[in-house]
Amino acid sequence: VSRAAAYDPASDTRRCSRLARAARACAAGFVLAVAPAAARAQTIAIVGGRVLPVSGPPIESGTVLIRDGVIAAVGADVTVPANARRIDARGRTVAPGLIHAASQVGLVEVPLWTNTRETQVESVVAASFNVAEGLNPASTLIPVTRIEGVTTAILRPGGPFVAGQSVLADLDGATIEQMIVLNPAALHVRLDEESRAAGGGARAATAARLRRLLADAREYGRRRGEYERRQMRELSAPVAELEALQPVLAGRLPLVVTAHRVFDIRNALRLAREFNLRLILEGASEGWQIADEIARAGVPVLVVPLSNLPMFNTLGARYENAALLAAAGVRLAIVSDDASHNARLIRQEAGNAVRFGLPWDAALRAVTLGPAEVFGVADRYGSLQPGRVANVVVWSGDPFEFSTAVEHVFIRGREVPLSSRQTELRERYRNLPSRP
Amino acid sequence: MVKQRPIRLVVAGLLAGCATAPSPTTPPAPQPAATPAAVAAAVGADSAAPRRDTLSVERPQFPSTYRRRASPPVLIRNATILTATGREIERGAILLAEGRIAAIGTDVAAPDGAIIVDGTGRFVTPGLMDTHSHLGVYAAPGTRAESEGNESTNPNTAQVWAEHSFWPQDPQIPRAVAGGVTTIQVLPGSANLFGGRSVTLRLVPARTVQEMKFPGAPYGLKMACGENPRRVHGSDGPATRMGNVAGYRAAFAAAERYRREWDAWLASRQGEPPRRDLQLETLAGVLRGEIRVQNHCYRADEMAQMLDVAREFGFRIRSFHHAVEAYKIADLLARDSVAVSTWADWWGFKMEAFDGIPENAALVTRAGGIAVIHSDDAGGIQRLNQEAAKAMWAGRRAGIPITRDQALRWITANPAWVLGIDSMVGTLEVGRYADVVLWSGDPFSIYSHADQVYLDGALLYDRADPRTGWRTDFELGNVPAAGRDR
Repeated sequence: VSRAAAYDPASDTRRCSRLARAARACAAGFVLAVAPAAARAQTIAIVGGRVLPVSGPPIESGTVLIRDGVIAAVGADVTVPANARRIDARGRTVAPGLIHAASQVGLVEVPLWTNTRETQVESVVAASFNVAEGLNPASTLIPVTRIEGVTTAILRPGGPFVAGQSVLADLDGATIEQMIVLNPAALHVRLDEESRAAGGGARAATAARLRRLLADAREYGRRRGEYERRQMRELSAPVAELEALQPVLAGRLPLVVTAHRVFDIRNALRLAREFNLRLILEGASEGWQIADEIARAGVPVLVVPLSNLPMFNTLGARYENAALLAAAGVRLAIVSDDASHNARLIRQEAGNAVRFGLPWDAALRAVTLGPAEVFGVADRYGSLQPGRVANVVVWSGDPFEFSTAVEHVFIRGREVPLSSRQTELRERYRNLPSRP
Repeated sequence: MVKQRPIRLVVAGLLAGCATAPSPTTPPAPQPAATPAAVAAAVGADSAAPRRDTLSVERPQFPSTYRRRASPPVLIRNATILTATGREIERGAILLAEGRIAAIGTDVAAPDGAIIVDGTGRFVTPGLMDTHSHLGVYAAPGTRAESEGNESTNPNTAQVWAEHSFWPQDPQIPRAVAGGVTTIQVLPGSANLFGGRSVTLRLVPARTVQEMKFPGAPYGLKMACGENPRRVHGSDGPATRMGNVAGYRAAFAAAERYRREWDAWLASRQGEPPRRDLQLETLAGVLRGEIRVQNHCYRADEMAQMLDVAREFGFRIRSFHHAVEAYKIADLLARDSVAVSTWADWWGFKMEAFDGIPENAALVTRAGGIAVIHSDDAGGIQRLNQEAAKAMWAGRRAGIPITRDQALRWITANPAWVLGIDSMVGTLEVGRYADVVLWSGDPFSIYSHADQVYLDGALLYDRADPRTGWRTDFELGNVPAAGRDR
């Protein structure tokens, strides 16, 4: 398969820490998650805050105990060990780290200049393109994003049609092996105005091309031997692409389809039915118009709440989209329009979803447990429960409100400093005249 | 901007506020037209009809036909009134009558026939203003046909006017109003060193752009520094920043001469008048101080270069736009009274935007400068209050004490100053035009809505009554109406 040697699962089982076990690095071949040594030894007690576990009701004055990078206990009556570092969270809100379900943090530095962009390849059918080895753990965007409470992100490719494979990563770590939680996390495809060219200039042709690709991949998967002996007709993509589609056809890997108009969404739903795919919709600007259909299909949506401009690609977009989808029973993850530099704005997106009718609890879920469920990692991410990876944020108040500050960010139990290139620039020029 | 990703003191403002504001129905009388550009800059609806012995430069050019809508008086009571003058009034009342703010305080009597609005738990601010919009020139639905903002055929297109591209049926306009915006400056894009004239508009339903033009508002000239002109014109030049600066200087050198020739002819009116040149006419208007320079410029070192260009040719830059590095030279900008129109937190989408920080507006304000939160975006213009809130809190968290009134000025009084209309709008004071937003709560909370928007004292938007929703021609039969699921 196309995965690089860096993900050799055999090597992780030998250093199977408690955290790695929580992150399933030992069990799943795709996964590798090893915390820095310092974090593993530490016990931290966040005491007295309003704890929002997301998976359960709020605890008005609760304790979150973190040990070895994993949440050890959550509750009103948690005994704090004597050796624990105590963090006073009275008057504060303690919640799971935010998860951005459609990001490119670390894959792009200055998007206008393609030499700093690791998000797409020339081929429009790039199922085998996996972003992992283009992820830069030293990217300036990572600290900028995590000091606003985003601890984990789907990092996805950005190609115009079959874009490639994303990873799920924690926004801390010196190497991609330390950052990546799940690889691949999903395959990403566009079925909208942007992908028309890939079909030759019309939506129907693009949908047909995707259908042919999936059919060929299925055929290839059933008749690999004949293919090797050149006893098959010519297929519509090289073998690497057909291989990469196998886990999608098997339902093991979700297919994220960006679609906005009702007819685009229905094309995606139809393909998912035909091939029995694990479909996730991204965008779905007009999804509110067929919310019941999406809900019945059991398809979750990665939604940008702040979208209401009637472009031809998003003609019926409206601010109530998230609320109407949720009301119909669609599982949501809230994402931001800017996937990279302002991925940190999912807070503002979630707050605006509330402003336009989404219940507050549903909005918090849509940036924590919701995306974890959508990508199948809810047993490790997205909530505050014993055994979960200790991605925890202490907020001064309501996480969605502008007046609220991030006070502590823990990623796998390690407290990350609240500094970034931006805070360094600010301090350098705080007092003028100043020379660099 | 070049579409894609946007390639895409206060003292002075308050002094101007002492002038008596002219009525919206009777625009300020144009000053005696000593110069052609003065005529162009101060056109009004009732400018004299063309006389046979005048020159085209002396005749009205695309005059405003804006008329305020009639409305009974409106009294909003029991609200928290944020005036953008430094004063906040708890349980306050504000009376809108004849297009003006007639009274403001804690005890205001309702005249006969007044509409009474209960503001309990709600907030009142001036109508929001955006110094940097491309509504109508980059309209929805976003086809190439609506890409009307950049006359990128030459690095100098000072002769073009944004209003001649503007489409009053852009469905993005009512969405901005629903966010509390009443007045915008529409700018050409940033592909050129000189992009063309801006126009200041009232956001009202209209068939023509003339019906939206803010009576008496001066024109602006869009100039652009940095990466965009280089990238767009690289093959024929300018290809470098030094090429950019040479281009500004050559153009203003030509405009100096043009201005002298016209001034001499107008003084004597002897012989043939000089040849009329629309490009130089706009640049001469800048040199005369009648047209305000609105300068797209990101980097600190480049803004400092532009201050020197302005000094060389004797004009003022009214505002730098985007200016994500303004915090590095906030002292220089405050010294020259050049405003900074910027975002709360956009950064990094190109090299010259890489050093943007969320405390930019706060640091400019602390240094005594004039900060403005602008949008440059059809989405961002719908939530200028939220963008100002982010910038305010970023400042406060970094130990820069920004008051709520200061943050409100970033989207009201300061943009009014940048546009040269601060004697008419931008604050809540008796005599000012009655552009008023009633918010469901503190406008700097993420959960607050603009409940009602008044423009010149008439109700323009009411969230509680979707029937009053303003739907552009394009939306009919095309875009489902809010509140009506199809």
